[in-house]
Amino acid sequence: MADACITFRDLTLGYNSHPAVHHLSGTVRKGSLTAVVGANGSGKSTLMKGVVGMLKPMAGSVAVTPGTRVAYLPQQSELDRTFPARVADLVSLGLWPKRGLLGRHTAQDRTAVSEALMAVGMEGFEQRPIDTLSGGQLQRALFARVLVQDAELILLDEPFNAIDARTLTDLIALIKRWHGENRTVMVVVHDLDLVRTHFPEALLLARSPVAWGETKATLAPENLLRARQFHEAWDENAPWCAADGDHDHAHEHDGHEHHHHAHDEAGHAAREKVA
Amino acid sequence: MDALHQFLVAPFTEFAFMQRGLLGTVLLSFSACPIGVFLMLRRMSLTGDAMAHAILPGAAAGFLLYGLQIVPMTIGGLLAGAIVALGAGAVSRLTIQKEDASMAAFYLISLALGVTMVSLRGSSVDLMHVLFGTVLALNNAALTLIGIVAAVTLAALAVFWRALVAECLDPLFLRSVSRLGTPVHFIFLGLVVLNLVAGFQALGTLLSVGLMVLPAAAARFWTQRVETMAVLAIAFGLVSSISGLLLSYHAALPSGPAIILSTGMLYFVSVLFGTRGVLATRRPRHAHRIA
Repeated sequence: MADACITFRDLTLGYNSHPAVHHLSGTVRKGSLTAVVGANGSGKSTLMKGVVGMLKPMAGSVAVTPGTRVAYLPQQSELDRTFPARVADLVSLGLWPKRGLLGRHTAQDRTAVSEALMAVGMEGFEQRPIDTLSGGQLQRALFARVLVQDAELILLDEPFNAIDARTLTDLIALIKRWHGENRTVMVVVHDLDLVRTHFPEALLLARSPVAWGETKATLAPENLLRARQFHEAWDENAPWCAADGDHDHAHEHDGHEHHHHAHDEAGHAAREKVA
Repeated sequence: MDALHQFLVAPFTEFAFMQRGLLGTVLLSFSACPIGVFLMLRRMSLTGDAMAHAILPGAAAGFLLYGLQIVPMTIGGLLAGAIVALGAGAVSRLTIQKEDASMAAFYLISLALGVTMVSLRGSSVDLMHVLFGTVLALNNAALTLIGIVAAVTLAALAVFWRALVAECLDPLFLRSVSRLGTPVHFIFLGLVVLNLVAGFQALGTLLSVGLMVLPAAAARFWTQRVETMAVLAIAFGLVSSISGLLLSYHAALPSGPAIILSTGMLYFVSVLFGTRGVLATRRPRHAHRIA
């Protein structure tokens, strides 16, 4: 598909041979705005990690169109708030894709950082130590970093947790701005009303994908009911997944990004022809 | 004025061993102190301590085979440090045990092994030398080694500074934009071991980490920027090197401990009077701004 930004092919992601995302296929269109919804443990964060490449597929593949600049805001940031840095230092990390390890930060870059802070409503916060920020201010600063990254694909994992109404409104406005700029945006969201109001498309996960497409249809009652029946089973003795056939090798880490089981190859070829 | 000169300057102009001691510790301050800043910010101060003990059996093996010779003891120390760092790292990555526990296990074994090995051949004087160093007996080979380590460290810091900061501040972010995260971690561990081995010549295996950690810990109480912290830590290292050597000269104290006690003094002064220290952050309750 020409305008695909992310392509999933029978993707299974997980930990220690237990799947967290199970057999996901489909494409995320370039320029689309998609909410990823589902219960806790349904694989939303795992999917994000898989797209960024931090987690290698157990089976199938996920491919981001080559050359796409990706920005990723994780749910559980490992940000060390006690680190002696100012807001400008934190936001300047977003210059990495542009300047890398050694490139000098120019006056233009500093302007871009200040403008990003202005855009998230934190004008004049450049010199503030990061350990003095409130939770909402920190989230705004992280959004400013995403702005500076100037990415074509933006992945936000539960960015609205513990955020007040005003900050929420501002952050949603930013997401819509990115959508308007034809960037591809995927956001993990729990609040379904928020999804219905602001997100044109949704992906409902319950480890396996339950529904994916236009938001209203995806969040139809029967789909939500099916998703709710999902239980967070993590069974040490669960049988090997039949879809993967070969028991000995099913769902093992092997470090290859485009690993397919032998019997799967034919299936993929067929699907690609159809596409 | 003359008395002041006699007290502060004369010891260094009159005695070659004082000059050597000064040169060695000045070089170490420029190299180990900024490394200490990152060690502290990564909450690895105690890991540094453990690593310092870990180099002992390697240095002791060099000592057993060649006597008090700098090259074999250095190579042995580097090897032992690398084995313990990688071993402890492997245990924590491959098993459920966290790195603090595996590091403690490895360094305790190393320390016991090292002390046993030195005792097999050496006297208790040798043991004291290995454990606490001899700043005032630094020979040309030792000074050359310290100089090389300082040059390598400063060059590596200049190149990898941004990655080191990013890896400390937001490691997950660095992983999302670059593949440097893991290599930088190992480069940093390598620099730590290198500086410990260099410091080992002057301050011994038990105290070499002191010049790394204490100035950095003191600097944290004065600033909110990592760049300033590194510069301050170097300054603290230099001041305590000079004052420690003078203290050792005038009061006839062992030089290594005198230097570390000097940095200790700076640390306590910083804890109390630093702009982010106890007194500054414990203003009376009623004094507050309106916004």
